[in-house]
Amino acid sequence: MSDDRFLTMAEAVREAMTIAMEERPDVFLMGEDVGIYGGAFGVSAGMRDKFGEDRIIDTPISELGIVGAAVGAALSGMRPIVEIQFSDFTAQAMDQIANQAAKIHFMLGGALHVPMVLRAPQGSGTGAAAQHSQVLEAWFANIPGLKVVTPSTPADAKGLLLSAIDDPNPVIFLEHKLLYKMKGLEEVPTGAERIPLGVSKVVRQGKDLTIVATGIMVYKARQIADKLAADGIDVAIIDPRTISPLDIKPILASVEETGRLMVVQEGPKHAGFINEVIAQVTESSAFGSLIAPIKRLAGLDIPIPYAPQLEKAAVPQVEDIEAAAREIVKNWR
Amino acid sequence: MAPTNLLIGHPLASKELASHALLYMWKVRKFEEAVEDLFGRGMMHGTMHLSIGQEAGPTGMCMALRIDDQITSTHRGHGHCIAKGADLTRMIAELLGKKIGYCGGRGGSMHIADAETGNLGANGVVGGGVPIAVGAALASKLQKKGTVAVSFFGDGSMNEGAFHEAANLAAIWNLPVVLFCENNKYGMSSATSKAFKLENLADRGKGYGIPGETVDGNDVVAVYEAAERAVNRARNGEGPTLIESVTYRWKGHSRSDKNLYRTKDEIEEWKEKDPIPKFIHRVQEAGLLNQAECDAIQQQAVDEIFAAVNTSVKAESATADGLLDAVFKAAN
Repeated sequence: MSDDRFLTMAEAVREAMTIAMEERPDVFLMGEDVGIYGGAFGVSAGMRDKFGEDRIIDTPISELGIVGAAVGAALSGMRPIVEIQFSDFTAQAMDQIANQAAKIHFMLGGALHVPMVLRAPQGSGTGAAAQHSQVLEAWFANIPGLKVVTPSTPADAKGLLLSAIDDPNPVIFLEHKLLYKMKGLEEVPTGAERIPLGVSKVVRQGKDLTIVATGIMVYKARQIADKLAADGIDVAIIDPRTISPLDIKPILASVEETGRLMVVQEGPKHAGFINEVIAQVTESSAFGSLIAPIKRLAGLDIPIPYAPQLEKAAVPQVEDIEAAAREIVKNWR
Repeated sequence: MAPTNLLIGHPLASKELASHALLYMWKVRKFEEAVEDLFGRGMMHGTMHLSIGQEAGPTGMCMALRIDDQITSTHRGHGHCIAKGADLTRMIAELLGKKIGYCGGRGGSMHIADAETGNLGANGVVGGGVPIAVGAALASKLQKKGTVAVSFFGDGSMNEGAFHEAANLAAIWNLPVVLFCENNKYGMSSATSKAFKLENLADRGKGYGIPGETVDGNDVVAVYEAAERAVNRARNGEGPTLIESVTYRWKGHSRSDKNLYRTKDEIEEWKEKDPIPKFIHRVQEAGLLNQAECDAIQQQAVDEIFAAVNTSVKAESATADGLLDAVFKAAN
């Protein structure tokens, strides 16, 4: 593979949607400004020219209506992909997400199902303040009936999105907006290979500390791993990729090996997804392997502030992860 | 066996169609009476939203629909399900929490769906079904299926954002959808006069650039005629229609209702406008059915409901086995 396969996440997501739409006629994309504008973050750039306005559908600013229309279309033989411009705006559409899409298959007895994907950018770091910067993965993970995907690399985003589109259930696919324009550390395969939902990825093996991180925090943790290794701290990094359903097994196996666990997320700490990881570890026999208290690194329990220095202070930074990793290994031998 | 169309056509066009309209109104009435009775005996769990007095709306609307046309329904949805062709036994069984119920006991009264008759489901959220019907209509248009989607909703839904967003999407995309408002005068205890500045809710159609029509929702003939016009428009690619079917629920909102917000006189006045005798009078006047035939149709409805209750009561109760496996559909 050549260098040009080091795609950005935006390119990888576009490639997955393009492949899915070429593979099957029932897939279409719908959202605000996804057509000629190419989406607020340019993810669907050029797709309208390729597929036409019947398959790349521009909508009015009506999040509830759009998601509801996707639910209805999904019930009627289509496989819609809905782009919500910022994941914060899913709040506008929550009835259709939480009460309709998530529950229909179970509640209505199983005869109907909702094969749809809701894609939305999340995360801070763009100076857009509290209503455009949240990480809301824990909201969705707390609703039975939704699958929740938080890719951390372009290659994962592509393979996971293809699986999400194939899936007969509603999938919330949360893309970190800082990763959109960043080239990935790995090449993105050219084909249509799927990465199954519900399989955690061991990004790096290590024997001193298990770091479980989601979304952009995986990317941040990877930046310090080699530096720590040079100082004799060998960290394992595990990316659940699908936070719901959660594949806990590789995490437990790693904790049994390292005896130390640090969990990292961008979203607020209180009632966050990482707490579920910790709960499952403490309920398992891996708990007996722990030689150190579990460390949580998460966003502060505050709305994301605007000014760059305040925004930076609100979520874990690379330095925070490095310092915490050093401390836990140093203090608990 | 693939389900076939129920009778489609004007309720006064033939003896068969008149019999069908009368039978389905009676089925809805007798179903609701049976539900109330089962509740009264403590055999039914949860709550109930009865549509007694409103039978002409769903019956008239569904007589303009094919089996592959789709509907979304409401918390007060028994009538819509029945008029679209749902199986009475599976409905009662669901309300009784039985395994053979439409949802295997997982949904209950507010969540009956029947994929085979195009019923995408009743809905516990006011306005929840309106965007879903619009999405079904979008799928019909994209797939060039020629089907129409109908959203049944109450007057209360029309003040939900979901209605507004969905109506606008249907209008701008010219979708084959009928927005069927059952204005039964109250959203729980709130009178429409307190919730709207409008006399005719159908006037809201203008705001979306679509036709709106107010009909006597207790006249199955008037409802059918409006429904037929709307369905023809939809099927011909002329876009959505808003129908306001003015009716009245005789019973309270749900079992907790003490009717403190309306008078006995008002309820009695509307009982005088009962859609069933009104239609019987029309069909007898038209010479389509005689009294004995009308009585036989009523008896048929009673017998069908009785049989459905009987079978359901004896059916196996739903169990909690497999609940965790029912959340997601397994990949094929």
